[in-house]
Amino acid sequence: MNGAGGAAVATDAVRVVVNGRPRTLERMPERSLLQALRTELDLMGTKYGCGEGQCGACTVLMDGKAVHACQVSVKEVGGHDIVTVEGLARGDELNPAQQAFAELGAFQCGFCTPGMVVGTTALLQRTPSPSEAEVREALEGHLCRCCGYTKVLRAVQRASEISRERARRSA
Amino acid sequence: MTLERPSRPWDRTPPKERGYFEVLGDGILCHVLPRDRTTGGGGGGWSPPSGGAWVHVGADGRIRAFTGKAEVGQGTHTALSLVVAEELRVPVARVELTMADTDLSPWDMGTFGSRSMPDAVPPLQAAAAGAREELASLAAARLLVSAGQVRFEDGVALSPEGGHRVTYGELVRGLRKTVVASTPGRTTPAADWKTAGQPAVDPAAADVVTGRRVYASDVRRPGMWYGVVLLPPNHGAELASVDTSALEGEEEVRLLHDGPFVAVAAPTPWDARRALRKVRATWRSTPQPGEPEIEAYLRAHPSHGDHWDVEKLAEGDPARALAEAAVSVRATYRTAYIAHTPLEPRAAVAEWEGDRVTIWLGSQTPFRGRDHVAGGLGIPPERVRVIVPFTGAGFGGKHGGDVALAAARLSKAAGRPVRVAFTREEEFQHGYLRPMSIVDVAAGATKDGLLTAWTFHNVNGGAAGIRSPYSIPNLQADNELSDSPLPQGPYRALAANANNFARESTVDELASLVGQDPVAFREKNLADERLRTVLRTAAERGNWTSWRPSPGRGHGIAVGFEKGGRVATVAEVTLGPDRRPHVDRLLTVFEAGAIVHPDNLQSQVEGATVMALGGALFEEIHFDGGVITNRRLSEYRVPRFSDLPRVEVVLLDRKDLPPGGAGETPMIAVAPAVASAIHEASGVRLRSLPLLRDGKVPAAPRSPAT
Repeated sequence: MNGAGGAAVATDAVRVVVNGRPRTLERMPERSLLQALRTELDLMGTKYGCGEGQCGACTVLMDGKAVHACQVSVKEVGGHDIVTVEGLARGDELNPAQQAFAELGAFQCGFCTPGMVVGTTALLQRTPSPSEAEVREALEGHLCRCCGYTKVLRAVQRASEISRERARRSA
Repeated sequence: MTLERPSRPWDRTPPKERGYFEVLGDGILCHVLPRDRTTGGGGGGWSPPSGGAWVHVGADGRIRAFTGKAEVGQGTHTALSLVVAEELRVPVARVELTMADTDLSPWDMGTFGSRSMPDAVPPLQAAAAGAREELASLAAARLLVSAGQVRFEDGVALSPEGGHRVTYGELVRGLRKTVVASTPGRTTPAADWKTAGQPAVDPAAADVVTGRRVYASDVRRPGMWYGVVLLPPNHGAELASVDTSALEGEEEVRLLHDGPFVAVAAPTPWDARRALRKVRATWRSTPQPGEPEIEAYLRAHPSHGDHWDVEKLAEGDPARALAEAAVSVRATYRTAYIAHTPLEPRAAVAEWEGDRVTIWLGSQTPFRGRDHVAGGLGIPPERVRVIVPFTGAGFGGKHGGDVALAAARLSKAAGRPVRVAFTREEEFQHGYLRPMSIVDVAAGATKDGLLTAWTFHNVNGGAAGIRSPYSIPNLQADNELSDSPLPQGPYRALAANANNFARESTVDELASLVGQDPVAFREKNLADERLRTVLRTAAERGNWTSWRPSPGRGHGIAVGFEKGGRVATVAEVTLGPDRRPHVDRLLTVFEAGAIVHPDNLQSQVEGATVMALGGALFEEIHFDGGVITNRRLSEYRVPRFSDLPRVEVVLLDRKDLPPGGAGETPMIAVAPAVASAIHEASGVRLRSLPLLRDGKVPAAPRSPAT
């Protein structure tokens, strides 16, 4: 079954950096990044919710920008830098978005939360102090069925505060 | 985290033969035994009407509690841990709560009906309090004081002046003692709570935000394959013929063809889907009613099953009272079929070990799931273990066990673990829906605004919410079920959504006909004191009396009681120049007894309010020939951030009442409050849910009073 045989890498192998680690994805260029993450790399934090880029549960960072992993094929990610929800914390230190969602309990079942946290991380990178309207617009593509969104709005503002607090401390 | 299996499921083993300590290790165990076949009733000690609980305090210092309820996103994992922590005087993070593991948990009917708090809190409290009392007598002997003098603090027993201390783990070292919980009277009253009822951060929050929390669809087992089941293209279809010859010679595909059950398993999900596409099936379909015929069809096809869901109330002479009423209204209200749309579609992973199978299943009914799998496989339930990991929500939609049975069958055939998970389209097409409701109402009042006559009949929707919170001397209120051509089942708050929409809209119209304020009118007619308090609070906090009418703006209020909770919602709406209404504000006041976990209750009420807004404004299943035609999230609209009004929640804490459930009731007043607000803003009374079909309020009523 091994197309290339021996230790050689299959010709359609795709090299990608995931959470800072170089990975090789073989024999699946047509598959989605979501399928590769969950099935090949056992990174289960990125969720399947719809498969058509409507729910945001599979949001990951590609070169720092939020993308729907279900809408990106493996061959498109060759040479790119992917960060999933598992790659946001530094050791035990949660990133500001994670810290804020945890502190405020801005989730119920939590299935949408990895995507929301990644989306928030991307938002704060380009807009460190977003207005409520900017938060709503940035997270419009993220569905939550349980928590009713209100605490998420507060969590994003809190994440922005935490980022500033951390920047002050390290300055 | 998963504990070893006992030799038999504990709920199906007499208490003395369970071997608790072989699984849990040395310590003490206090249990509350449900009235079931293993105890023959009561089992000594106090027995709750349903459910049970056990709490183990281990020599290793661990505190483990067990309940049959599942965590499906309603937040009870933390809420129930809080009541155990309260009784054992430990921080909540010390409690390890096992939920919905059919080998280890007390039997439970299911996680529905807002029953998690009322069913599980009393037995968990009693079991934890019983364990604490046992610790007190062990500590008394050790500290040379009387049991009543022992103090507990943070997992340590202390002598009265605190000079001597001993940990729980030390107290139970070398013991293997089971005690039956005594009466619930030894539990801590809500007024004295120090841990429960206080703000609490979910101890597992870090798992959620880092992606470490494992949902059913995340379970991976060594050597696991992926299964796909052949499903009919439409409802009302039966398999006529199937040709699987294209799969012959495929090494890495396992086909299972057993009568109408056709499924394949393969090493990856895409291999499995590719293999299934090679199966040639033909189907025999019977004609199915479409949307234009559905109401007539449901009225003409009464059902003879599910009669637990039927209510029939009659008092006085409503026909005569209607004829004599100073004012009366008559109308038909409709609610569409809608889909639960939990973010995680159905998923199950099955793994066999000898003649026993373990299934990880996203479910609200693990014990029923166990029976479904056992029945389908023709094996005793003792050989099936269903474990519900965290589930990506349910809302009443995850009662079934079909993916579990399919996974178990494929796993057996393939000789390896197999996962079966629905796609979003399968979830829409092959899950079940909230029933369509048709409600015929006629009601009358005196010119002073006293309700005198009420006839109310729900077709297909169900019995929930038929009972009225108003005192009406002449009343006939009932429902009938229909043979729905689309699969239908439980949904958050069930028919209380439809029935409160119809009732509260009717009450609003009557108030208007007698020229009374909707709050004053309701207050005058409400029989329920708790609900009156909730209504008054909503009027105050919703600035009801200081509202200034202005063109294109409207406000509405509605109330309801259901599942032991009381709710009132105030809605404020602005009508845009193109008649597109925008809901600006929703204020929900909710009361369901003593509050155990205020932060979580807040989230539950906020979430229910926004979910209800979807059903109120735009959620609707479309169908044709037994096919759901909007079975993608790009086609079936649920609330997003852009739909989010200012949502305010006011929680009333009744420490004198036992904690009630909160999952459903906060839904039921949203649609009628919004409909009344739209009426004030536009002059149009909308009588169908969803209220908007193309996003706009029509110029004239779509369903005029008949």
